[in-house]
Amino acid sequence: MKIGVVTFPGTLDDVDASRAVTIGGNEAVALWHGDHDLKGVDAVVLPGGFSFGDYLRCGAISRFSPVMTEVIEAAHKGMPVLGICNGFQILTEAHLLPGALIRNDHRKFVCRDQKLRIENNATAWTSAYAKDQEITVVLKNGEGSYVADVETLDMLEGEGRVVARYLDVNPNGSLRDIAGITNERGNVVGLMPHPEHAVEELCGPGTEGLGFFTSLAASVFA
Amino acid sequence: MTESRSALDTVAVASTDPEREQPWADLGLKEDEYARIREILGRRPTSSELAMYSVMWSEHCSYKSSKVHLRQFGELKQETPRGPMLAGIGENAGVLDIGQGYAVSFKVESHNHPSYVEPYQGAATGIGGIVRDIIAMGARPVAVMDPLRFGPLDADDTHRVLPGIVAGVGGYGNCLGLPNIGGEAVFDETYIGNPLVNALAVGVLRHEDLHLANATGEGNLVVLYGARTGGDGIGGVSVLASETFDADGPAKRPAVQVGDPFMEKLLIECTLELYAAHVVAGIQDLGGAGLSCATSELASAGDGGMHVHLDKVPLRDSTLSPEEILMSESQERMMAVVEPKNIDAFLAICAKWDVEAAVIGEVTETGRLIIDWHGQTVVDVPPGTVAHEGPVYNRPFARPDWQDALQADGAEKLERPTTGAELRETVIKLAASPNLCDKSWITDQYDRYVRGNTVLSQPEDSGMIRIDDETNLGVSVSTDCNGRFAKLDPFAGAQLALVESYRNVATGGAQPLAVSDCLNFGSPEDPAVMWQFAQACTGLKEGCQELGTPVTGGNVSLYNQTGEVAILPTPVVAVLGVIDDVTKRTPSSFQAEGQAVYLLGETREELSGSEWAHVVHQHLGGLPPKVDFAAEKALAAFLFEGVGLLASAHDLSDGGLSQALVESSLKNSIGATVTLEGDAFLGLFAESTARVLVTVAADKTAELEALAAKHGVPAAALGTTGGDSLIVGGSFEGGQFELPIAEVRAAWSATLPTAMA
Repeated sequence: MKIGVVTFPGTLDDVDASRAVTIGGNEAVALWHGDHDLKGVDAVVLPGGFSFGDYLRCGAISRFSPVMTEVIEAAHKGMPVLGICNGFQILTEAHLLPGALIRNDHRKFVCRDQKLRIENNATAWTSAYAKDQEITVVLKNGEGSYVADVETLDMLEGEGRVVARYLDVNPNGSLRDIAGITNERGNVVGLMPHPEHAVEELCGPGTEGLGFFTSLAASVFA
Repeated sequence: MTESRSALDTVAVASTDPEREQPWADLGLKEDEYARIREILGRRPTSSELAMYSVMWSEHCSYKSSKVHLRQFGELKQETPRGPMLAGIGENAGVLDIGQGYAVSFKVESHNHPSYVEPYQGAATGIGGIVRDIIAMGARPVAVMDPLRFGPLDADDTHRVLPGIVAGVGGYGNCLGLPNIGGEAVFDETYIGNPLVNALAVGVLRHEDLHLANATGEGNLVVLYGARTGGDGIGGVSVLASETFDADGPAKRPAVQVGDPFMEKLLIECTLELYAAHVVAGIQDLGGAGLSCATSELASAGDGGMHVHLDKVPLRDSTLSPEEILMSESQERMMAVVEPKNIDAFLAICAKWDVEAAVIGEVTETGRLIIDWHGQTVVDVPPGTVAHEGPVYNRPFARPDWQDALQADGAEKLERPTTGAELRETVIKLAASPNLCDKSWITDQYDRYVRGNTVLSQPEDSGMIRIDDETNLGVSVSTDCNGRFAKLDPFAGAQLALVESYRNVATGGAQPLAVSDCLNFGSPEDPAVMWQFAQACTGLKEGCQELGTPVTGGNVSLYNQTGEVAILPTPVVAVLGVIDDVTKRTPSSFQAEGQAVYLLGETREELSGSEWAHVVHQHLGGLPPKVDFAAEKALAAFLFEGVGLLASAHDLSDGGLSQALVESSLKNSIGATVTLEGDAFLGLFAESTARVLVTVAADKTAELEALAAKHGVPAAALGTTGGDSLIVGGSFEGGQFELPIAEVRAAWSATLPTAMA
């Protein structure tokens, strides 16, 4: 499959996401934020970083980049879209996912190896995992605290839309330890931690993030 | 506008009004320096020229006090074990060949005084500046490191500066997408009021992409691109870097620059795309001394002439005068020389990245740097006199009269722990001490994973980065300096910093290639400090000669003192090594149970300047450990050949074997049972050099011993890994002590969070 990886000005983890897509057995296609063109990809990754310097609000400017018109339209039609970290922030700003991400409760940037539980393995991006599988990937953010109103949180929980939850340590003050969520259809996933940094034994804490990049193929064959 | 233009001090005005009073002293120039400028120009300088000379002839830019001592680094053979250097001292950063068509650029620099004045921005722009040096060589920056020094952990000043400095290093580096793969955080009383923020960057390029800073080709265009020029950092170099802080002097905040890492990220990507399009003929970053530096250095390195229209510089503040524009240290700016046929392509790439660019002048063959302001000439100078012909001082230096008494006061006479219980307590006390404790409160604020090539990072002995996904070629870097050793003997201290850094690179399995240094010292006007500096330079040079590792560049930071108290002499040495296959690297922690533990090297009664003497007795005196280059080289050769055989290798330095055992156990929670021959106290806490703690599979001990014998490295079998405690046996009262890893971890990891809470 062809998976597009979008680069906004200030995107940092695009090289990593592309490498993860490749290691996952798919073809990575570079997409530029300024082009109204998805180049015929089957899915899109919005990678991490500090797009537009996180100025105004994280993701608030990127959400208006030209390519987002096509991403939003495709997402509504069911194209798998994965937003990691800053990508998650962009997805909430674009209203493809509910809630928001605010400054960590301890007010410092944090980078650590983080344990997660995959609670929903029925999304386009998590089908390679077992339900309740525990994985360790990288977490790194300054504004990664997931917040939403109680009704929204209850709805997410009730509909099984919490994709991943922090285990052992809540690294940023996210409500209900939420690390990632999905939309109703399960094609759009936002995740604060970085599975693309856990795809090789050599660099990062193991390979347990790889499932996010092999799930698409698995869901096609399923 | 009309008002300021009518008051403009032009070259014409300078000729007709030759005796005008000028504020040369306020700009940090000495009387003879001002006289020299008049002699060069044959008239008084204009105010713009005076601004340029004052910043370029400052200590920070001209190295006027240090130059005579730094020259000796140029005598080193300009060749690493992997071949000739591609660029060396004098360029923005050194460039080394690492094989497979790849080259690496690396450099370490200081940003000490700005970080004292404004910790966050000072540290942030320190990272920004060193990264631009790397970009200017044609390289893609791939990693940063940050050797830091603070006052004691419980000092108010430390609590004021540390959180901001760490947040600044992280805030800027994280936003650039550069993994922070190592560094140091060391605490000592002498850094109160004068923290050290050194920043190192590593970049990678293909040989053919090497770019040098020069302006050649008459008619080529001079382009300024990046951030607009503002009023920040004006006079930063002269006011901030070249004057001792006065306890009750005026606030110097306006001279600190303010960084915008997002702009720098755009500048990186934009510049790399400009290189790829082959539209850059020459390039220079704007750092200290801003446009004064970039124009004079580019012009003097090229055909010798440049004509600049200063009013074309995009400004953040339209009221800035030409003098201020020339002195501004606004960040995130670069200057390129572009052939006219390429200018459209150049500007189009800048536009793609939303980077503002302006053609502000052209290269000439006049041999003069001429700068106009709205059509009137305000600068007309030979550029080399600004850039390179600054004053050179042979400052007096003298071995301080207290040095003998200091060296006579050895730590070897101090009271030592003797029983198992006392030794056990000392191991924990050291592990929990500020210099040896868990630094993750600091390093967890840095992204160490971005770009996906980080093979080793803190708290490993060295940081290691993969360069090529296909071939697994990689580089490894370490920075080190024990300032206490340097205080006891600056000559040996610089060499000890060198061999430790060299050894740290070797323990990971890399071959050490070259050195960059950041020499942090007190006031050069103090003969004792100048003696320390001279000794350290000579020591480092001779050490590099012994190890075959050239100095590729670096930085000098003087005037690091508050009042009469100079910092510990702190010659931070960075060593870069190459590893042909990063998948074979040797990690520093125990990897599995049941493996054989060996200590390589020789332990002597060397306690002076040690962490034990510092932590337990607050003592500093005596002679530092002996430097043995032959032993270091043999050890490095052993470690290089031992790649694949060794399961782990950990350098012994601060805290000796005690701390090496603790650190080797902590990461994977694998303990060990070891038995120490001879004096167990010395075995645990002496800081003799050329030693490494290694493990091998139980069935590989003969192979290890044979390899050690081949290289002439003493190898002592200490015991076996396993269990969840460190169990240490020896001929002391009790015969054995046991230290659960959980207990040592609790003590080791609590120190920084508790202090910073």
